[in-house]
Amino acid sequence: MQELIRRYGISLSVIMAAMTAFWLLALVVIPNLVLFKFSFRLYLPVDQLGGPNDVYTLKNYATFFSSPIHINVFFLTILYSSLVTIICLAVTYPLAYILAKVLKPTDTATFFLVLLIPLWVSEILRSFAWFIILSMQGPLNAILTGIGLIDKPIRWISGFQSVVIGLVYAYILFMLFPIYNAIQALDTNQIEASQDLGASTWRTHWRVIIPHAKPGIASGCVMVFMLCAGSVVVPTTLASTNSRWFTEIIQQWMFEGLDWNVGSAYAFLLLALCILFVSLVMRVLNVRLVDIAK
Amino acid sequence: MNSQTFAKITMRVYLALFLAYMLLPLAIMGGAGLNNTRFPSVYPWVGITDRWFVDLWNDQRMWGAVRNTTWVALAVVAISVPIGTAAAILLNSVKPKVRSFLYGFMVAPILTPGAVIGISTLLFWNSFGVSAGLYLSVLGQVSFVAAYVMLLVLARLQSFDPGLEEAALDLGASHGQVIRRILVPHLYPAIGAGAIIAFFQSVENFNVTLFTRGNSDTLTVYVGSKIRSGITPTINALALLLIIVTVVCAIIYEVLRRRAEKRAAALVAVEE
Repeated sequence: MQELIRRYGISLSVIMAAMTAFWLLALVVIPNLVLFKFSFRLYLPVDQLGGPNDVYTLKNYATFFSSPIHINVFFLTILYSSLVTIICLAVTYPLAYILAKVLKPTDTATFFLVLLIPLWVSEILRSFAWFIILSMQGPLNAILTGIGLIDKPIRWISGFQSVVIGLVYAYILFMLFPIYNAIQALDTNQIEASQDLGASTWRTHWRVIIPHAKPGIASGCVMVFMLCAGSVVVPTTLASTNSRWFTEIIQQWMFEGLDWNVGSAYAFLLLALCILFVSLVMRVLNVRLVDIAK
Repeated sequence: MNSQTFAKITMRVYLALFLAYMLLPLAIMGGAGLNNTRFPSVYPWVGITDRWFVDLWNDQRMWGAVRNTTWVALAVVAISVPIGTAAAILLNSVKPKVRSFLYGFMVAPILTPGAVIGISTLLFWNSFGVSAGLYLSVLGQVSFVAAYVMLLVLARLQSFDPGLEEAALDLGASHGQVIRRILVPHLYPAIGAGAIIAFFQSVENFNVTLFTRGNSDTLTVYVGSKIRSGITPTINALALLLIIVTVVCAIIYEVLRRRAEKRAAALVAVEE
């Protein structure tokens, strides 16, 4: 702080500190504390506010834990978000390696330039694209029946398969970019040294490249898992009645039940899940927050 | 064929497949905007029509959504860029302990689901009697967009030589001059990139906006409600337009980048 004042003077330092404080307090920390507080209060008619019923209670969380359906949806959301994360990792790791170490840099630049298009098209349109492809009369069924692979059109949009397809497509680039950045920063001499010393391709990847790519892998996994578990758009477009997502239940409480208190308890559970996942990844892969946010 | 050429071909095929996987769905979605069928599809192909574009043009709700989206995005840029820049400068000149503490809070919004940000913003401002509306969407979006700007500016600050500021101060520059003439010019590329990212993040945003918007539409919310309420290829027409805008931006970006590269190469040649 003294350093700041010495360089930029009192008034400018105060302005910068005030802007930062406004951001962190009014937009980040206190809103989340309010959410937390709200989740322990009851939804009451106005005339009962401040009355004997206006107390702190665990009832909103009890609503969740006494509903087998909601618990089920919660765990299915975790399960399928993890599945999507693993698929994205498996597909993009070889891709990131090829782009960073095999392809010529100019070709890689062109490749990423083309990828800007799906990245800049909003996620709602990206999931809508799959809604068209997977629909009964859609192109996928037409091709598959056309080449005789299936006799009758398949109902793709049912269960979690369409949600997983949509989530992978929507968020896979968030896995590719951080892993590419991490591998790209690795000195190619290290890979060559490993090969010259007789390591097999697998061993080179396992002992040299993957350890170096760890921060990127951690960053990609955290982003993809968080985006999946918190996705609203993909499930509303591609899920069916037998595949509900946890965010849909939160929406129900907020918009249909109009019970913001239960809604905030559920939102807090989602937040807690993401915090848990971030700390788990940091522990398992042994990376710091600074590495993840790169 | 030896194993090396085989590996090379496999890699090329893998890259090509991935590009096709990323681009084909968008082509199908855009193409359906031109097909003369009631339900958006490219198969069977009935014939090219412009009726979906005409429908879109005449949709007043869509124009309202475009206006709202533009205002929200400009407001998000105007608020999050100064905040993110100030936060990065501040972070760069505090003690390491304070730095990692503040840093944790600053990147947290990036790792928070949009629905949670939306709901907490709504509840917080509601307790002051501010009801839902697009200004809350702006504040909710700023909370995580500012983090992206902060990260970009912070990365740029690593290559800044604080000695320049010392020299300016020693030579009698005022604090305002140090910022205006020395620090900010160095940060321009990061601030510019931050503004572009802030704008696109805001335009794309759905989750935060959904919970904070009240009754107003933005473009993504408009598309979302159209998908729910009955699909016509007008959405595909809109998608096609947005994709074309994106492609044009990408081409301009690439041309500028190549030109800058050439200029840098020429400069090196001259110096040698």
